[in-house]
Amino acid sequence: MANLTASGASMSRQGLSDRFAAWGRHHRFVFKDALLRLFDTPLAAITTWMVVAIALALPIILYLLLNYAGTLRQDWDGSPRISLYLDRNVAEDVAGILTARIAARVDISSATLITKQQALAEFERHSGFGDILNSLPDNPLPALIEITPRSTSGGDIQLLLASLQQEELVEEVVYDAEWMLRLFTMLELAERLTLSIGIVLAVGVLLIIGNTIRLTIENRRSEIEVVKLVGGTDSFVRRPFLYLGFWLGLGGALGAWLVVQTSIGYLSGPIERLAQSYRNDFALQFLGIEETGLVLLGGSLLGVLASVFSVGRHLSRIQPK
Amino acid sequence: MLTFDQVSKRYPSGKEALSGVSFNMEAGEFAFLTGHSGAGKSTLMKLIIAMERPTNGQILFNGENVNRISNSRVPYLRRQVGVVFQNHQLLFDRNVYANVALPLEIGGHRPSEIRGRVRAALSKVGLADRENHFPITLSGGEQQRVGIARAVVNRPPLLLADEPTGNLDPELSKDIMDLFLQFNQVGVTVVIATHDISLVEQIGNRRIDLNQGRLRDSKWPI
Repeated sequence: MANLTASGASMSRQGLSDRFAAWGRHHRFVFKDALLRLFDTPLAAITTWMVVAIALALPIILYLLLNYAGTLRQDWDGSPRISLYLDRNVAEDVAGILTARIAARVDISSATLITKQQALAEFERHSGFGDILNSLPDNPLPALIEITPRSTSGGDIQLLLASLQQEELVEEVVYDAEWMLRLFTMLELAERLTLSIGIVLAVGVLLIIGNTIRLTIENRRSEIEVVKLVGGTDSFVRRPFLYLGFWLGLGGALGAWLVVQTSIGYLSGPIERLAQSYRNDFALQFLGIEETGLVLLGGSLLGVLASVFSVGRHLSRIQPK
Repeated sequence: MLTFDQVSKRYPSGKEALSGVSFNMEAGEFAFLTGHSGAGKSTLMKLIIAMERPTNGQILFNGENVNRISNSRVPYLRRQVGVVFQNHQLLFDRNVYANVALPLEIGGHRPSEIRGRVRAALSKVGLADRENHFPITLSGGEQQRVGIARAVVNRPPLLLADEPTGNLDPELSKDIMDLFLQFNQVGVTVVIATHDISLVEQIGNRRIDLNQGRLRDSKWPI
């Protein structure tokens, strides 16, 4: 009898280390319990995980594709380039003198001659049509001078283009900057689009997980009331739901990782062929350990964040009656 | 240990559940709280564990001012008060053992200690062989005793019981009352709300009677 109940003075007191150990014990218990409870309703859990997985995978795939497009930009040093195609009858030494004269101009930073032979060799290397060219009586390709202008401003370049057009031996002046700039603007647009889609979907994930937690809180209402009645603190009550958010986020991220890896496997063939046709040896890489870690961490954090919001809004409303 | 000083409680609906209630209980006392249903018994108990806050007056428990206690301190107040609820407030998704262990888990006790205390509490209320049963399989009286075991497992200095014999036949009621008397004998302060006047008169302890929110105390008759 005496060891069952006692007067107030002997009510057990705990030291700090005991309380810390108890805190750790409860964390470990709830960590496992939250996952096990998810498997009590497997269909609901899997549905949430799948929705979260899709919402996370889409922006990740978009980001990877953009990253691929971004490698195009790295190949370009950022300065506009002008190609002067010379008359096919210009002799090589004359072309050399012309190149030197152009390179000496104050408005030109550099000029490089690509002779007919060099042009032919390059064409053979990249086009795969070498045999056809060999069957022709002579080299059909013109020599060209690649020019980097000193100024990058549109007006200066227009003046330069007009003056180069006047050169007698020049057949055609090609300025490649315009479509490059257009491409890069499109890339930037796509980047921003991806970012907005990513943000929208992240908010979606917050709402999905938040809603699942709201329903779970509703289902465990009587338990929450009883725990509060017998002296459970707010953090004790909150803990299972924070871990639930963690598991929902982590499971969703794991699903997203699977979707991304599968997509990469599916897309890598065509993308490599596309890259090769642009003289680029880019290949879509599977997510490595670091990126995998980042995806899983990001997903779990989103889950916990959703849980914090949801628990903050719904838990305080539940008071024992 | 428990002092009510001119405590009033008015609900937002305008109904005054308690008006100017004052009484004092020493540690180790045993008192009945009587009155018709709606006389304010439940409200008084809810005020002690801060489920409700008084509109006026002061409540002191173990030297602490209950009406000014912050929300974050409320759980620690509740750990010092064992409450037996009229509707038992058991969790039906876990067995008897887990129900009784709940206050100890919340209190952060060691698993070995929890095991010992839960078994002791269950054998005290005569349910030692039912620890793996689920509450739904128990009779009303057995559920009531699970609630009692849970209320005392934490060894609180104050034990409150709201109509603990409400739905029980006289013989079972007597058993339950004997349990409370035993707890009282080892020093627990006990307050039992009941409208079972015959039982109260049979035991003959102090009686705090509420009538339409006002108090008549047998210890200090007005």
